[in-house]
Amino acid sequence: MTRVVRYAIFMLPVLLMAGLLGVLWAGLGHNPSIVPSPLIGKPAPALMLPRLRHPSRTVNRSFFMGHVTLLNVWASWCVSCRFEHPSLLWLEHRGVRILGVDYKDQRASALVYLREKGNPYREVAYDKRGLTTINWGVYGVPETFVLGPHAIIRYKYIGPITLRIARRVIFPLVQRLDDEVRVP
Amino acid sequence: MKHMGILFMVGLLSWTGRAWAIENHPPLASPVLESRYEHLTEEIRCLVCQDQNIANSPAPLAADLRYEVRRMLQAGRSNRAIKAYLVDRYGDFILFKPPLQPDTFLLWFGPFLAMGAGLIFIVFLVWRRYRTYRSEQIEVPAP
Repeated sequence: MTRVVRYAIFMLPVLLMAGLLGVLWAGLGHNPSIVPSPLIGKPAPALMLPRLRHPSRTVNRSFFMGHVTLLNVWASWCVSCRFEHPSLLWLEHRGVRILGVDYKDQRASALVYLREKGNPYREVAYDKRGLTTINWGVYGVPETFVLGPHAIIRYKYIGPITLRIARRVIFPLVQRLDDEVRVP
Repeated sequence: MKHMGILFMVGLLSWTGRAWAIENHPPLASPVLESRYEHLTEEIRCLVCQDQNIANSPAPLAADLRYEVRRMLQAGRSNRAIKAYLVDRYGDFILFKPPLQPDTFLLWFGPFLAMGAGLIFIVFLVWRRYRTYRSEQIEVPAP
């Protein structure tokens, strides 16, 4: 057997081990509770919900048309949403249009929550049973979608939006999509 | 006999059954639908407690997904359509059994590849030892 072949056979397990370690190392940084959404790049699913403040009126998909919109699923009972709230106010302050979807909540508690903590939402839809959000592939609160002006889903963030994420990811994305609206 | 206690405990632990499937839903129209419902809910992953299927998960989301599955079954949708509905919204991860498609070939056939490689390696080792053994046999003259 030549030396090259001998060397190759010696190195093979070392290389395999290195590859395995690489895969496992990458896995350490992976958060299994974040499941990427297959809806990105697809049109927004159906939405037909009563408004939180005016139950007789509804919110539907036409809300997204012509504007870049954030859809934020939240609830007054959700602790992470409280943590996320300042980021939403920060975005709203910069003119970002946010549709809130109040998930499995009591109307009264939700209204108190918004009165006490400030209301970052242009409009709030009320999903009492939490079934409309299944249509959107939501599996927890908070979750946030970024929609383009033609109601195409461009991005989804699972979990509370930190100020850092709002500043570095969400706001720049909204600005970029806004530019697309202005320059057709 | 002294292990009976332990055995009993292990038995209890494994007896989680389908406790959560007993709900106040109206029964489905036929036993066939009921059995399809049972099979489907066992194949769908609860994304909140990810190692449980929605038949066994106590999470509220699992209850909502069970409700949706029942609703779709009653509406006459096929198993394939129900799974497609969920995969379109939550991704392949919602199914415990990943679909057979190009990006999952490695997942499905990887173990067989690894086994094949191992077999080839073992055959190679055995063949080499056999060859060494044969050559040694020839070198040592019979007494």
